Amino acid sequence: MSNAKAATFEVHRATRASRAGGLAILSSIAFLATMPLWAEAGTLREIDEIACYLIYAMMWNLLAGYGGMVSIGQQAFLGLGGYALLVMGNFAGVNPFVAVPLAAFFTAICAIPVAQIAFRLQGGTFAIGTWVIAEVFRLSIANWSAVGGGSGTSLTALRGIEKATRIHVTFWLCLAAAVVAVGATYLILRSRQGLALLAIRDSEVAAESQGIHVRKTKLGVYVAAAFGAGLAGALYFLGNLRISPDAAFTVNWSAFGIFIVMIGGIGTIEGPIIGALVFYLLNKVASDFGTWYLVGLGVLAIAVTIRFPRGLWGGFSRRFDVHFFPVQRRLVLPPDETGGSFHA
Amino acid sequence: MVGTLSWISTIVQGVLLGGLYALFAMSQSLIFGVMRLTNTAHGDFIILAAFAVFSVAVAIGLPPAAAPWLALILMLPIAFGAGYGLQRLVLNRVVGRDPLPSLVVTFGLAIVIENLLQEIYTADPRSIESGGLNVASLSIAAGLSIGTLPLLTFAIAVGIAAGMQWLSGRTALGRAFRAVSDDRDAAQLMGLDHRHVYALATGIAFMLVAIAGALHGLKTTFAPADGPALLLYGFEAVIIGGMGSFYGTLLGGIILGVTQVIGFRFDPGWGIWLGHIVFLGMLLLRPTGFFAKTR
Amino acid sequence: MTLLATRQLESYYGDFQVLFGVDFDIAAGEVVALIGANGAGKSTFLKTICGVLGARRDAVTLEGQPVGGLPPVEIVRRGIAMVPEGRRLFSSLSAEENLLMGACARREGPWTLDAIYRLFPLLAEKRRAPAATLSGGQQQMVAIGRALMSNPRLLLCDELSLGLAPIVVKQIYDALPAICDGGMTAVIVEQDVATAQRVSSRLYCLQEGRVTLTGASRVLTREQISQAYFGV
Repeated sequence: MSNAKAATFEVHRATRASRAGGLAILSSIAFLATMPLWAEAGTLREIDEIACYLIYAMMWNLLAGYGGMVSIGQQAFLGLGGYALLVMGNFAGVNPFVAVPLAAFFTAICAIPVAQIAFRLQGGTFAIGTWVIAEVFRLSIANWSAVGGGSGTSLTALRGIEKATRIHVTFWLCLAAAVVAVGATYLILRSRQGLALLAIRDSEVAAESQGIHVRKTKLGVYVAAAFGAGLAGALYFLGNLRISPDAAFTVNWSAFGIFIVMIGGIGTIEGPIIGALVFYLLNKVASDFGTWYLVGLGVLAIAVTIRFPRGLWGGFSRRFDVHFFPVQRRLVLPPDETGGSFHA
Repeated sequence: MVGTLSWISTIVQGVLLGGLYALFAMSQSLIFGVMRLTNTAHGDFIILAAFAVFSVAVAIGLPPAAAPWLALILMLPIAFGAGYGLQRLVLNRVVGRDPLPSLVVTFGLAIVIENLLQEIYTADPRSIESGGLNVASLSIAAGLSIGTLPLLTFAIAVGIAAGMQWLSGRTALGRAFRAVSDDRDAAQLMGLDHRHVYALATGIAFMLVAIAGALHGLKTTFAPADGPALLLYGFEAVIIGGMGSFYGTLLGGIILGVTQVIGFRFDPGWGIWLGHIVFLGMLLLRPTGFFAKTR
Repeated sequence: MTLLATRQLESYYGDFQVLFGVDFDIAAGEVVALIGANGAGKSTFLKTICGVLGARRDAVTLEGQPVGGLPPVEIVRRGIAMVPEGRRLFSSLSAEENLLMGACARREGPWTLDAIYRLFPLLAEKRRAPAATLSGGQQQMVAIGRALMSNPRLLLCDELSLGLAPIVVKQIYDALPAICDGGMTAVIVEQDVATAQRVSSRLYCLQEGRVTLTGASRVLTREQISQAYFGV
């Protein structure tokens, strides 16, 4: 029994939850934007930091969850962004706020030759290889006395700016960057490139045979992730006023980024946002416990990953089919014998 | 002639250092070869072993010439048990095609180990009392002397490479390792329980880790945060030498050691950096390493 | 005496059902063939018996004992060995090492390395050759030998002829009587119906996961088999 009439189907994206979620997010952004007018400097700095972690984690998620490239060396680009800001601000006399996106672009360009080396490795060896590359960056900078060598230096370019202005502009930049990072990731994944990414993640060979340029697409994702990491680094050290190789290139960035994504859920956009919030709360509550806090984080990451290999939110959203950022496509068939709908 | 002699001395130093790096790497090579698992906590386990040998040696109370060796011998069965247990209880759940879960779990382990060590021992560097062994040297030619401990370490590394090669190629266990690595499902059809085989591999690997940790701790000071560096050296030795071959790992370690020592000669800050650069260069030129057997 | 029996056996790949209530039995010493088109479920059937795929405990019985769903390690220990589809040799092991792997289950019996080399003299010359360098026919011999090394009571052969030239297939199947001489029971999954009929005493035909025909191999006509194979 074949279906005689031409099957008409529609591709839907939005869900009820996503419409509600969208409204909630827009109002949150508006609320946050007003904060410099009434919140304390300390609180603003905290949110700056969380925004940087969020951007970093979102980029890591794009790279690993969608691009299938698990990296523990993204801190190379984060630190590079920070140092690019330093050099542009301190030595080239560029306005530090303008230098932030410039530093991100510079980092993205640097990612292209780095990718040539990194892409020689696969899977687990790729991950550690990226760490080695980050170490090369760290050691190279630590040996460069002009930028303070191993002990780092201060962002003197910010000295001329009035304190309140500096804090407010930094905050709005961080907020804007976070919105852009999330928004851009969302748009990429909704686009054709996003579909290509999913195909590559599932099977490179099959994707290649369908005409997808696997290498180019992967490079694109890698560069985009580097841009985001560089942006996060520039913003972080803009607010920190001081940079050192150990702070800029520490593998802790990757550790926290991975933690945020795994708690939140890899391969989703809600995941890193939720993870960043959880991380922020955990930090506030427990960081006084120092090493025990970190032990707890480690154990939590282990337990979550064993039980939910794709992260907590991933497990939740799959179970209850809740998606705030609908990147999947629902294929809705006309109501006939087949009935129902399914989505990828 | 002083110049040449000093260069020879440098290179010999590098070769012997390579023996230690090869020791770091052999256990990685074994685990990666058998189950394709990347263990980012590897270096931290070596440091953990160093601290364990340190504490046991102190507790034994014998003179420093003997204590650490006895401590190591006592540690070996414990290390095997720990590795076997860790694999069966935790790591077996994350072995698979997707590298992410094993990376995250071992990352978590690394953080746990580093911070627990910090709690127990503080961040101060320690060193295992060697009774002078770490500064003893042998004179092998006019004006050329080499450290006794590095020589001993190198000899142990060669011995272990030979032993592991023998294990892999000539024993039933080695066969099981290779079979499970080739085709885990077909191995199951033969009656091999891969969970047990993996755990045996990790158990043996942990014994190698204990030996590496002890020798490292005798040679230099160590602190809880030192793990990652050792992971990277071991990893580089494996990649340079080619995965799946223990002699290859030895050669990889030697190349890395020599490179680092040459780098140090020019400027202390550039030693490790040069090692990383040579590694990355290897990736560009020969991504499969010199002796690669495993893909 | 029935050695192996399945009752209403169902099997799934994830949510996708492949076998729909298959009834099958084989007596000790019999050679039974299983034929059917691609995707009919023949390989799935064998995989379910040897524990690679799950099943209800009582759906599969070995000498009356329920063994459905037990892990492959257990099944091999109880004397069921599989010659997998596509050989699945260990590529970094030599021919002889592959054979030795078969002995992991440590069951007592007549099949030793020497016995395998007597069965397949060609292999004796190639014992040290890496498995990946062997020809298709030689690989098939190793795969069979490897299964025999576990001294099974029941041998499951999945598509022995896959990818082999007809003359080589004949060589392989000519060895079958020697294998079964000692009382070995065998289930032969085959795409080639003529060969299946020739080497077996009874056969089953599967179509889309169901048994559509069963009977004595010599008696069934081509017409009957065609109908059962393709379904109309």
